[in-house]
Amino acid sequence: MRYIRSFKEHALLHAMLLPGLILVLLYSYYPMFGLLIAFEKFSGYKGVLHSTWVGLDNFEYVFKMPEFLPVLRNTVLIAVMKIAGNLVVPIVIALLLNEMGRVFVKRGIQTLIYLPHFLSWVILAGILKDILSPSSGLVNHALSFFGAQPIFFLGDNRWFRIVLVLTDIWKEFGFNTIVYLAALTAINPSLYEAALMDGASRWKQTLHVTLPGILPIIVLLGTLSLGNVLNAGFDQIFNLYTPATYSTGDVLDTLIYRIGIVNAQYSVSTAIGLFKSVISLFFISLSYFLAYRLANYRIF
Amino acid sequence: MHSPSMSRRLFVVFNYTFMTVLAIICLLPMLNVLAVSFSSAGAVSAGMVTFWPVDFNLHSYSVVMKYGTFLHSLVISVERLVLGTVISLTICVLTAYPLSKETEQFPWRTIYSWIFVITILFNGGLIPWYLSVKQTGLLDTIWALIIPGAVNVFNIILVLNFFRGLPKELEESALIDGANHVIILFRIFLPISLPSLATITLLTMVYHWNSWFDGLLFIKSPDHYPLATYLQAVTIDANSLKNMKMQDLDTLKFVSDRTGRAAQIFLTALPILLVYPFLQKYFVKGLVLGSVKG
Repeated sequence: MRYIRSFKEHALLHAMLLPGLILVLLYSYYPMFGLLIAFEKFSGYKGVLHSTWVGLDNFEYVFKMPEFLPVLRNTVLIAVMKIAGNLVVPIVIALLLNEMGRVFVKRGIQTLIYLPHFLSWVILAGILKDILSPSSGLVNHALSFFGAQPIFFLGDNRWFRIVLVLTDIWKEFGFNTIVYLAALTAINPSLYEAALMDGASRWKQTLHVTLPGILPIIVLLGTLSLGNVLNAGFDQIFNLYTPATYSTGDVLDTLIYRIGIVNAQYSVSTAIGLFKSVISLFFISLSYFLAYRLANYRIF
Repeated sequence: MHSPSMSRRLFVVFNYTFMTVLAIICLLPMLNVLAVSFSSAGAVSAGMVTFWPVDFNLHSYSVVMKYGTFLHSLVISVERLVLGTVISLTICVLTAYPLSKETEQFPWRTIYSWIFVITILFNGGLIPWYLSVKQTGLLDTIWALIIPGAVNVFNIILVLNFFRGLPKELEESALIDGANHVIILFRIFLPISLPSLATITLLTMVYHWNSWFDGLLFIKSPDHYPLATYLQAVTIDANSLKNMKMQDLDTLKFVSDRTGRAAQIFLTALPILLVYPFLQKYFVKGLVLGSVKG
């Protein structure tokens, strides 16, 4: 009763929510309903409701695909390496930036290292393909100057995953330092004075004052990144990989794209997508739960 | 104060050197591409170009402008950016306002909030999403690049947290004076939320400029690609210039696929570089605003 009465009372507030709700229903909830085609032999002509129901056949097909396990392995491997690198490197860089006394130099360096974050992977992939090219690229020119053999970074399966992880860290580390730098400035200066009184060196101060001071934010970002264990970075990989590097670089998202859009096998692609969404749901929920428990974090 | 120890001095020297090198590593690839775009094809393929143009010329840029669909894609990108940013921002503000109310004042708030938050936790994936865009008739129209992504729940959360931080008295006194919620939102809340709205506006603009996958997915004809999608097709295609049907043989001496591509990469990145100072300023502010909450 309370809800019905208040509905009339707040007609204007409901009306304001209407556009957002309609879009969310159409482009978020309707696709969730569309997941049904993972259990069907989908035909565009018959539609979601009338296509033939095949139960778990599509999933059986997916799990028996020879590329499925390697792709899952690539996904987790690349994602976990990126999560670790993107957590540790920004902390180190933020600490080093914090030791820089000259504000002008510090600002300049910060400005430069944020930049790659705002450029899209299409632009960065275009640049990387150029400078990493084995015949004419800048990096291999530099290597040959030191007498090394040219390396086909984007075509060699021994190098491809390393390049993916390093270039991802290169794109994001500067941006990720922002949060840590904000946390560093919030540390009470009297703690450092006290440590200095006790004869603590700069290194000891870092270890016993600075790091504990930013530990809550490290824990928070660490737990929140847990939700990305199956996100290896579609934009980056799609723009850098080639059939030669499928064996080390093909991940769930790129496989979903090729099977679904290129081969138009809608049901199989959706089955892989559902597999990914369900596992991601578990990890995202876990990450928010842990963030709430460990760092008292709430979305709102 | 005693003078710094030897090890401290060594550390400071190392630190400044290391950080400078790091900053340069973030800049050099961009400089290399810029130098390539201004150099002649011969100098580039001979490997003479590093960070400074050789045989400086603008032919690559004029070829890109004259032939192919670069300019057309640029127009489409600007169009989607303007329309998309206006629509996204309007929906963001309209959604954030009711959700920022206390549960006692607006009991439906909790249900609505969950409807939006669930979309962060779970989604239908690529094919069902594609089908929903297709079935709503947006395929091959510019609206396919604007409408499906118009609701950004993270931006909504940022704005609603900002609204919640505003003094309650503002709203109460306006209500007593007979103002309704629309007036309160547009006359009182929005004018004092400009810094946080500026952050979101810039982020949305960058999102629209950089988005390429929706163009690839929803637009069939490459002639109607937005710029980012166009560039994506160019960087994957090794012979993109051959498709441009150049007649002018003179320019071929100066222009190769590599210089042409470099020019297009730089032109696509340029708007981001131009708004970058604002981005940086508002971004840090916006992040701090978003993180200060109860």
